[in-house]
Amino acid sequence: MTDETKAREDLVSRMLGPAGHEIGCEECFEQLDRYVELELAGRGADQEIPGMRAHLEGCPACREDHESLRALVVAET
Amino acid sequence: MTSRPSRATASESIQPTTEAWIEDLRSDGPERDEAIGQLHALLLRAARFEVHRRARAIGHLRGGDLDDLAVQAANDALVAVLAKLESFRGQSRFTTWAYKFGLLEASVKVRRLAWQGREIPLEPERWPRFADSGSSPHAQTERGELLGEISRAIETELTPHQREVLVALALNEVPIDVLAERLDTTRGALYKTLHDARRKLRQQLQLEESHD
Repeated sequence: MTDETKAREDLVSRMLGPAGHEIGCEECFEQLDRYVELELAGRGADQEIPGMRAHLEGCPACREDHESLRALVVAET
Repeated sequence: MTSRPSRATASESIQPTTEAWIEDLRSDGPERDEAIGQLHALLLRAARFEVHRRARAIGHLRGGDLDDLAVQAANDALVAVLAKLESFRGQSRFTTWAYKFGLLEASVKVRRLAWQGREIPLEPERWPRFADSGSSPHAQTERGELLGEISRAIETELTPHQREVLVALALNEVPIDVLAERLDTTRGALYKTLHDARRKLRQQLQLEESHD
C-alpha cells in the first residue's frame, strides 16, 4: 500500500468512523479501568463491555488514554 | 487492635489493597491525610508517565516545565478522585481506577498546550479539495470516488455544526479536548455530534449505493 493510498484509507476511516454499536466518551472513561484489567487478564474485555473497542477505534483521544492506562498498569505490575 | 490491610503496591492481591485505600480515604483520622499524600504520589506518577509519553507534542517545554505540568495534572486529578470516590464500584483495582484520572488530566493538558495559539479551522470553505478528479493518477481510484461521495454528502446532509465538528476532528485532527475548550462544550457532546455526522454520511453512502 502506497503512502497516498494509506492516507486515503485513514481519511475514510476518520470520516465514517467505526460501524456498529459504539459507546460515548463518558462511558468509555467510566469503564476504562475495568476494560484494561479485563484485557490484561484475557477475560473477554470486548464481550464484557460492548461498544468499547469501536469507540477506541473512532476516538483518538480515548484511544490514547486507553493505550497509556494499559501501558502504565503493565509497567506498575 | 485489628491489623489494617496495606495499600502499598498494586501488585498485591486486589481486595486488601483496594479496601485499604477506600477505608483510609473515607476515614477522619490521620490515616486519611496519609492516604491522600500517597494518592497524590500515585497520581503524580501517572501524570509524569503520560507527560513523558507525549513530550514530543510539546517539544518546546523543558524538563522543569514538563514536571510542573505533571504536578498541576496530579493536583487536578486528586480533586477529581476525591470528588468521585463514592462512585468507585470496585470493578477494578483502586490504583487502576485512580491512574486513569491522573492520565486524563495530564493528556488533556498536553493536548491543549500543543495546540495553544494555533488556529483551528472550522469553516466549511476550508474543506480541502482532496477528492478533485483528474488532479492525480490516483484520483480515479475507488477510494478517490468514495472520498468524493463523502465530500458531497458533507455538503448536503450535515448541519453547519456537524460539518464544523467533522472537519475539525476527523479531517484536521484537532484533539477533541482542544475543540471542546474552544467551543465551550464537552468532549462527550462533541463526540455525539461527530457520531451523528458519521452516521448520516454512512446512511447517505448506503442510499447512493442502493441506487447504483
